[in-house]
Amino acid sequence: MSTIAAGQSLPESRSSPAFRFAMLLPGGLVTFFLILFALGLVLFLAFRGNNGSLLGAGLTVANFATVASDPLYWTVTLRSLAIAGLVTLATVVTAYPVAYYLAFHAGRRRGLLLFLVTLPFWTSYLLRVFAWKIVLAYNGVLNSALIESGIWSEPTLAFLNTPAAVVVTLAHAYAPFAILPIYVALDTIPKSLLEAASDLGAKPFTSFRRVVLPNSMPGVLAAALVVFVPTVGDYVTPAMVGGPASTMIGSLIQSEFGKANDWPFGAALSVCVMLVILCVVLVARDADRRFGSRT
Amino acid sequence: MSAARSEANAGGSWLGLYVLAYLVFLYLPILLIPLFSFNDSIQAAFPLQGFTLQWYATLYGNPALSSALANSLVIAAIAASGATLCGITVSYMDLYGRSPLAATISAIARLPILIPGVIVGISLLILVNLVGFGPSRLAIVLGHILVALPTTVVVMRSRFAAIPKTIREAALDLGASDWTTFRRVMLPLSLPAVLSAFMLAFLTSFDEFIVVFFLAGTEPTLPLYIWSQLRFPRSLPTVMALGTAILVVSFVIAGLAEILRHRGLGASRRTAAVNPA
Repeated sequence: MSTIAAGQSLPESRSSPAFRFAMLLPGGLVTFFLILFALGLVLFLAFRGNNGSLLGAGLTVANFATVASDPLYWTVTLRSLAIAGLVTLATVVTAYPVAYYLAFHAGRRRGLLLFLVTLPFWTSYLLRVFAWKIVLAYNGVLNSALIESGIWSEPTLAFLNTPAAVVVTLAHAYAPFAILPIYVALDTIPKSLLEAASDLGAKPFTSFRRVVLPNSMPGVLAAALVVFVPTVGDYVTPAMVGGPASTMIGSLIQSEFGKANDWPFGAALSVCVMLVILCVVLVARDADRRFGSRT
Repeated sequence: MSAARSEANAGGSWLGLYVLAYLVFLYLPILLIPLFSFNDSIQAAFPLQGFTLQWYATLYGNPALSSALANSLVIAAIAASGATLCGITVSYMDLYGRSPLAATISAIARLPILIPGVIVGISLLILVNLVGFGPSRLAIVLGHILVALPTTVVVMRSRFAAIPKTIREAALDLGASDWTTFRRVMLPLSLPAVLSAFMLAFLTSFDEFIVVFFLAGTEPTLPLYIWSQLRFPRSLPTVMALGTAILVVSFVIAGLAEILRHRGLGASRRTAAVNPA
């Protein structure tokens, strides 16, 4: 934030309005029109009735009443939260040691490791999900490996089309998201803090628990957020490896804007998802503040 | 002290093993795609049936595939240009504009991180239908600018922030206008980051599926083509050959973006390394 204060002592007379206008225009158009106005449309549509027209008709809370009263939507929402929560927990817990190694032990290999860890993120998301379908299918890699090695005699259907398959696939697809924020948080802990802890007689584990872990919590929370948000609204992975028992809220929104063709209701579901995310963000921010944010 | 150090080293080597296992978990499923793309069988199952290049041969002379590829390349190039332009201007004004509006724009520009792709998709679907042009290539471009925007803003912002403040102040003191300072001093100094932001935005757009699903008109992009082919078991080996080609190209572009980013950061890191002594 200190950079904003940079050059505040400079005379402002040279700052031309034309320059400011030209520089603010592209970002202003995109943020106000494509983001705020488009989200406003979703909110507006959520309070309209479906009459087949683009923006619906009337003003109603019927869409939200349906969401609240039909147990189907509670089930799917809770399932989405459970799946996204499990994925978030799994990615953050497994990523933490990797980030820790990168920050404190990697040495010369740090650059290469960081690159290797983020590389899968730049490969096609569809293909990463599809790869798990190959692994988990009835005649897939896991089944054929288990039979080849004589552990099982018959291939099993138990892997594919389960919520567990969705969790594993999403955890794999979003793993790189979690490592970077935690690594940045760990890397910016002043080394003097660790030296002070060890000089004052803290054992390595104590200094990890009392110094490193609390100081890295902002990174952990950021990681949790960037994994949770895309996974809670995902509809591709449930469709590809989840089967009917793992329909998620994103799948419902997608079908309301597709086959079911009830846009106002889909908009209401989207508003509910955004409210859930807002709650999660507020909880994370509160936790961040309690850990004494450095970001 | 030495006991503590050896203990820490032992911990480090266990961690090293863990990191290795983690990388295997990360790469093993992805590497199955190139493996089976050379396998002489429709089914993706062990044991392997022998080496073949026939699936790669089927990639040639496929008009649906080549038009989807061309479509994806054009859209990715335009969307990445748009997202990079927005990333440069938004982060520059956020750092040096000293106005609440610039700070607000910068904050909203990073907001799409907190919106699931499905909601970005449907909100733009409503918007483009309201404006009139409906699902189309233009709609996809707008969607991909949004998806790539947080990345380009973050990349450009960290680069601008790493340029010593004195350089910009010197330019302004010597009488350069805002525009000259931006175009002749700040932009050339951050050129590697501009290229890196462009490449990352390009890759994001090229691989994007969740948003494009809602915004595509009659001309599919490559991920939509792949999605349509995944339903047919017979075309799976072809999809894997295509996937392998995409994987290789993505790895090369990501590698180039990484090298450029390092070159950009290298200068500031070198000065930092000299000064503490």
